[in-house]
Amino acid sequence: MLGLSQKDTRFLFIVIALTLLTPFLLNPFPTDSALAQFNAGYPALMQRFAIYGLMAIGFNILFGLTGYLSFGHAAFLGVGSYAAVWMFKLLSMNVLPAIIMATLLAGLFALVIGFISLRRSGIYFSILTLAFAEMSYRLAYSVFTPVTNGESGLQLGLKDPRILDAPLTSASLPVPGLFGLKMNSSWTLDLGPWDFTFNVGYYFCAVVAILGFYLSLRIFRSPFGLMLRAIKSNQNRLNYTGLNSRPYTLAAFVISGMYAGLAGGLLAAMDPLVGAERMQWTASGEVVLMTIVGGVGTLMGPVLGAGFIKYAENIFSKINESILHSWFSWLPDGLEDAVVWIFARFVGEGWHLTLGLMFMVIVIALPGGLVEGGQRIARFLRRKSDDSAATTTPAE
Amino acid sequence: MDALFLQILNGLEKGGAYALIAMGLTLIFGTLGVVNFAHGALFMIGAFVAVTMQRIFNISLEIVDATQKDFLGNPLKVKVPYVIEWFGEGFGGFLIDWSVPLAILLAIPVMMLVGFVMERGLIKHFYKRPHADQILVTFGLAIVLQEIVKYFFGANPIPTPAPSDYRGTIDMAFFGLNLSYPIWRLIYFFFSAAVIAAVFAFLQFTTFGMVVRAGMADRETVGLLGIDIDRRFTLMFGIAAAVAGLAGVMYTPILSPNYHMGMDFLVLSFVVVVVGGMGSLSGAVAAGFLLGILQAFASMNEVKDIIPGIDQIIIYLVAIVILLTRPRGLLGRKGVMED
Repeated sequence: MLGLSQKDTRFLFIVIALTLLTPFLLNPFPTDSALAQFNAGYPALMQRFAIYGLMAIGFNILFGLTGYLSFGHAAFLGVGSYAAVWMFKLLSMNVLPAIIMATLLAGLFALVIGFISLRRSGIYFSILTLAFAEMSYRLAYSVFTPVTNGESGLQLGLKDPRILDAPLTSASLPVPGLFGLKMNSSWTLDLGPWDFTFNVGYYFCAVVAILGFYLSLRIFRSPFGLMLRAIKSNQNRLNYTGLNSRPYTLAAFVISGMYAGLAGGLLAAMDPLVGAERMQWTASGEVVLMTIVGGVGTLMGPVLGAGFIKYAENIFSKINESILHSWFSWLPDGLEDAVVWIFARFVGEGWHLTLGLMFMVIVIALPGGLVEGGQRIARFLRRKSDDSAATTTPAE
Repeated sequence: MDALFLQILNGLEKGGAYALIAMGLTLIFGTLGVVNFAHGALFMIGAFVAVTMQRIFNISLEIVDATQKDFLGNPLKVKVPYVIEWFGEGFGGFLIDWSVPLAILLAIPVMMLVGFVMERGLIKHFYKRPHADQILVTFGLAIVLQEIVKYFFGANPIPTPAPSDYRGTIDMAFFGLNLSYPIWRLIYFFFSAAVIAAVFAFLQFTTFGMVVRAGMADRETVGLLGIDIDRRFTLMFGIAAAVAGLAGVMYTPILSPNYHMGMDFLVLSFVVVVVGGMGSLSGAVAAGFLLGILQAFASMNEVKDIIPGIDQIIIYLVAIVILLTRPRGLLGRKGVMED
């Protein structure tokens, strides 16, 4: 179905189901329970899961398939965001033209940067992309302030021309929408002690992310994807067969740049205030981390990594000492203070420490990322069940 | 003409910092083949060694000073640092005033120790892993080190002044030029030049250095000759850490240390290393000074009027041009980091 094998179709449907049911899955704890801290089913965070998942999927097409490690993808994210906000300002508050423009402009940008950077490979390619991204970031702050509005960030204004629907939105600052559906409108389902929030913005992002995932699945299974893998495993040998690998890597670079631009456009559609800091190299590094933490070159890995990092960032940083005290109040007083003191170093302000330790543990113990961890567990369980069924095949 | 010369001095001082960090990075990469993203954190730790030194010298006790009275006529309690109490106003005051340069003595053993622990405890297990893994794990380590420093010293920059005699500017007159320039920045340049010279001399003129250079060229053969090259490379990691630490210690009067200063220098240092040529020490030093001077020139108002924004991007622009025209950087060796 859809040009996929049966196994992939099943995989795609599982992903679609998981994505659409996210508001349920991420809110497993009742609202007034102590564990409600760990609920991640609120719109802003779910949108981020979908958007950064999309960006990591695109990054994986370049890094996972061709092995070219780009340190400049945040620049495409930023370009996409600025393009989207300008479309909101000039044309219409509809998100479709905005994200289309964001994708195209980021693609154009990626074409130029990729054409130059792909002359080199390995660490030189990484440094070239890093240099371009840092240049864009710094220029966005200095020379291009008329376009980017510098440090205060680009945002919507009441006096924007907005050619198509200016008369409709004159009273207050308009909200991005899709043919009348406002991106920030939500519907809450009360189910006993549970609250589930269904947000238009999230579902829009989710649908786009699913489309992006489907495209990446097709690319992974296509002859084009095979060619990209060949580049990763041995580019010299590929060149000796008389193939020019540059067009393929450039295509992969532009595609992943367009994914990043699309993600940037979606970010702007969810919150039309764009600052240049999302183009900084640390933002590029974050995408690299997401992909590696999840599992490079796997289909689902980057999405898992993006979700994992964003979850840690948003949930761990919210926990403070009083919450910890309420958790550990059952301990004797002195012990409670000691335990709370230790945990407090890793949450709230100190969540970066948790993040750093997590990276180290994952790289040391699980080089294939979370996906490899899952596979190991699955293999372990299978072996156990095999042992109990005593169906081991005899050695040859 | 004066302005031009001033910018050269500015560039030399900035370039000194770049060159020191880039040289440490290259030492680690050239010997162990590890891309160390925690090198910026080592620079930062060095800076905080200076802060610690300053704090140690300023640990005070309260004594009653009979000569001073508060407004009620009672004897005033004043805080006196222990070093002044022990060594008297002259030598004690000297220690406090000179805490930054004296921190060098503390920084060398501390940074060597940090380097050894890092190499034996973590980096050792990553020799055979891909560069991406090395980058990720050292990046994680850098975050952890930053957070630890942030816990002990807080998030705000901590001012650490230079010795009072070296705080102001110096007037120089030669070749018909009249310049006035901050003394400490001048000292920083000479200091970095001295450290660079010392490392080069160590590698060039000692037997130990000869073995290390042989190991950088062909690790396997050196091992076959019965030399324990790993042990020597571990020591080189310690030296690289000490170089980064010294760069940090002496930089504190120029930039008040905060916990993320390492990251700011890290990216630029990587650009410097690659421009200089991966694995080439002299390349790293040359590129450090070159990029420092170019950046200083680009921040002149006359240049900025012609090309707006050039001061922000000059380093990256030069890096792109050099990487596209000279495949191995300025002085890169053949066969390093090529695939």
